[in-house]
Amino acid sequence: MANQDFVRQIDLHGFGRGPGLSMRWHIDFVLLGFLLLLCGAGLFILYSATGRDMSVVIRQATYLGISFSGMLIVAQIPPRMLMQWAKWFYVGGVLLLLAVLFMGVHSKGAQRWIQLPGFRFQPSEVIKLIMPITMAAFLAKRPLPPSFKDVIFSLVIIAVPVVLIAKQPDLGTSILIGSSGMFVLLLAGLRKRIIFSALCLAVPAIYVLWQFFMYDYQKRRVLTFLNPESDPWGAGWNIIQSTIAIGSGGLYGKGWLQGTQSHLDFLPESHTDFIIAVLAEEFGLMGCLVLLALYTLILSRGIFITLNAQTLFGRLLAGSITLTFFVYIFVNIAMVSGLLPVVGVPLPMVSRGGTSLLTLLAGFGLLMSIHTHRSFLGVSR
Amino acid sequence: MPQDTLKDHGAEKRLVNIRIWVAIGFMTLLGVGLISRLFYLQVVRYNELSTQSDDNRVLVQPIPPTRGLIYDTNGKLLAVNKPSHILSIVREQTKDLDGLLESIGTLLPLTEGELQRFHQRVKRRRPFEAVPLKFDLTSEEIAQVSVNLFRLPGVDINAELIRKYPEGEIFAHSIGYVGRINDQDLRRLDPALYSGTHTTGKIGVERSYESVLLGKPGHQEVETNARGRVLRVLKKVSPEAGLDVNLYLDTELQKVAIEAINGRRGALVAMDPKTGGVLAMASNPSFDPNLFVTGIDSKTFNALNTDIERPLYNRASLGEYPPASTVKPVMGLALLANDVVKPEDKIFDKGWFQLQGSDHRFRNWKRSGHGWVDLSRAITVSNDTYFYIQAGKLGIDNLYDFAGQFGFGHRTGIDIREERPGLLPSREWKRGAYGQPWYPGETVIAIIGQGYMLATPLQLVESTALIANRGRYVQPRLVKEDIPEVQGEFWGKDIKIGRTPEADAKNWELIINAMEDVIHSPRGTANWRIGRGLKYRMAGKTGTAQVVSIAQGEEYDAEKLKEFERDHSLFVAFAPVEDPQIAVAVILENSNGASNVARKVMDSYLLPRLTAESSQAKGEK
Repeated sequence: MANQDFVRQIDLHGFGRGPGLSMRWHIDFVLLGFLLLLCGAGLFILYSATGRDMSVVIRQATYLGISFSGMLIVAQIPPRMLMQWAKWFYVGGVLLLLAVLFMGVHSKGAQRWIQLPGFRFQPSEVIKLIMPITMAAFLAKRPLPPSFKDVIFSLVIIAVPVVLIAKQPDLGTSILIGSSGMFVLLLAGLRKRIIFSALCLAVPAIYVLWQFFMYDYQKRRVLTFLNPESDPWGAGWNIIQSTIAIGSGGLYGKGWLQGTQSHLDFLPESHTDFIIAVLAEEFGLMGCLVLLALYTLILSRGIFITLNAQTLFGRLLAGSITLTFFVYIFVNIAMVSGLLPVVGVPLPMVSRGGTSLLTLLAGFGLLMSIHTHRSFLGVSR
Repeated sequence: MPQDTLKDHGAEKRLVNIRIWVAIGFMTLLGVGLISRLFYLQVVRYNELSTQSDDNRVLVQPIPPTRGLIYDTNGKLLAVNKPSHILSIVREQTKDLDGLLESIGTLLPLTEGELQRFHQRVKRRRPFEAVPLKFDLTSEEIAQVSVNLFRLPGVDINAELIRKYPEGEIFAHSIGYVGRINDQDLRRLDPALYSGTHTTGKIGVERSYESVLLGKPGHQEVETNARGRVLRVLKKVSPEAGLDVNLYLDTELQKVAIEAINGRRGALVAMDPKTGGVLAMASNPSFDPNLFVTGIDSKTFNALNTDIERPLYNRASLGEYPPASTVKPVMGLALLANDVVKPEDKIFDKGWFQLQGSDHRFRNWKRSGHGWVDLSRAITVSNDTYFYIQAGKLGIDNLYDFAGQFGFGHRTGIDIREERPGLLPSREWKRGAYGQPWYPGETVIAIIGQGYMLATPLQLVESTALIANRGRYVQPRLVKEDIPEVQGEFWGKDIKIGRTPEADAKNWELIINAMEDVIHSPRGTANWRIGRGLKYRMAGKTGTAQVVSIAQGEEYDAEKLKEFERDHSLFVAFAPVEDPQIAVAVILENSNGASNVARKVMDSYLLPRLTAESSQAKGEK
């Protein structure tokens, strides 16, 4: 509540006066400001995590520039148009996933990319956006809470890309995409008894998943998560070392560029998935709280936009994007701090990497679009 | 759209908003969970995890101490540490060891022996340890390898101090050598003290004084990365260098001794009878101790080990020989001390002696006999018959007791481990060794140092020094410094320090005069070899040890015997008689001329000193 009030205040004193600059350019300056702040902080952490490799930082800054541009472009698309094209996006996305399965590029034991002239393309990233759009578009047209038939249909929409991505195999992404779809369904008022029944079915479902669908390396990750000490030099290394990195940071940390775990290469994947451990080691609990506060501001703005969305589609889409963003943050930090198995989810906006950045910011572009394409003749909130 | 008409927008909006608030609740809960987890790790477990973080990066590395140096009596270095660049390989870091060795072989010459020793070492070391391949790299070789290091995984060049023995063969037995620590050494050594040291003393002074020569290792705490590469030193505790030791050994004298031995098998020990300091300790043939420092290849070792001349064997303290006539002065003293004879008592030597009731003839070395002989003359001409006759009256028990006081049958306790006690037979020993009683005939040959009796050159020099000192005992020693923790292990273990053979002053002078006559009287057995032109008074005794017993009645002919069956020649002496400064014992295996060797050593030692003394005396006048 407090956060929301805070956000609203800024909005009122800033750009919230009628169809001002924000409405004309379809830019939510509050969200933009928070995102820039977060990404700027992220570059500092990345500089340390890469062992003062300025070239990586410059490359990441370039990705940021591209991604922010992408966000602003996406923000120009009116939500109505997205809703109309949703099913074609979906069909296209699934076709791309099938293409990956049959003609994708192998890398690191997974098949996630399509090689296009000049660059690699990872369809699962696009699905991250397509999934909530499709689900929101589908459910917004139907009476809420959704009927049983609609629920079944929704589950099919979710399941197809999730299974295809899990087969690549990319468990982390498939869970994230599945949950972004499920969030729309939950926000749309999925009946409580269905939720409870599903939870009751989850236990046998997990068993089946474990027995028949999970790859050995995925199983091993879960097992090491449960007992990292069982294999301290192998799969448990990541978790043990990241736990040590975080814990040794203490309250105030070892200081910027002073983290021994990351600089001496004890910490695995310190630029990417485990970058929060670098922050935690060098800036301590205080640094983590500052980062979490920045995330909270962004999430609050996302919720503000959701609650103020004019259309049901916008509301469902914005809600799903915001919740998915939260899941990103939660899964990554929980994974690095040893609360969840290592599933390969980067820390949004901070981890090195261009593709996920582009997707994330495009998602925020959707939020901006929802917030700034207002019909002033329509119902006020 | 038909469906839109069915929708209740207000209700749907409320429904979604409620769900959003529920979601906010969940997010808050999970967020609190995350913060709790971070709090738990960073605050509750902070101490434990920051310790683990330090353990991760901080490695304690030993710094080996510098080994103590060994000097001769004049401060000349006999064992030094020289920096040597070593090319070593960490096996773990290379996939194809043979391929790697081949590519190293193209950069610098690798001998068969080096490769063989390398393979021996690889078998013993753990895979993450660096195994030396080539020592003493030249700067050219270092450069060759260094520029190619990138394509030689696991190869490293580092400098290490390597023990060097500049005098090589000359002191191989007395100073000994250090060698790579092997499994056997590991059982007795404290691993903490050797954490950075790869070698340990194997024989000689290097072995016996190991504990003080070694020093104390230091250590440094270094920061390493996850691959173990050292990035910086955090803390350093310097090692304590080992103690330098000074020996009584005199390099020049040792060289003279070895030159005088002139390639024959044999040994010489020279001792200062005032201090017990061993001035020279030569054993020939010898070997190059430098071969052992970095690990000797098995081919070279086997050649040394199986050599019929036994170069590895320290004849000076391990070689047990029949002392023969060199024991006659001691036995003479025994006769006087036990009142078996009086100085003026004479016997008539007809060339042989027979025990009552036996027809076995114990022959004098001069078959025609020496005629009338008293004790003094018996020593000077080395008459056997005189002693044969007295043997029965002295008896084995008195012989054993008295000769034992001169160190026969006991280790001298010199401060190296390579020493044997020789053999001084007794009734008890005979029963134990043969299960037989002692026969009177055995006393007859024991009294002339033959039969069962065995002594090392070191024991001979010790007993000679005791005579030179008129009964005052000195402890033979190599190292000048008093280091009780080392020397206590040797001294007094097998003998009673400070014991004085029972013989009064008159007796000492009689025996010493007789020994002087051995050299200076025309009748003396050593007179024709070394008695002429001596610038100082020497007292000595010759000996000839039979290697094979000669059957009764058979003519003895050294020429007919094969080389290894020829007699050993022995000689003990001290000089100057009035103020003994050096005592010497020499044994030449299957060769004669031991006295010549002794004279050369004594001349070399005494002449400069006596000249200095006399010029000093003139100066004082």
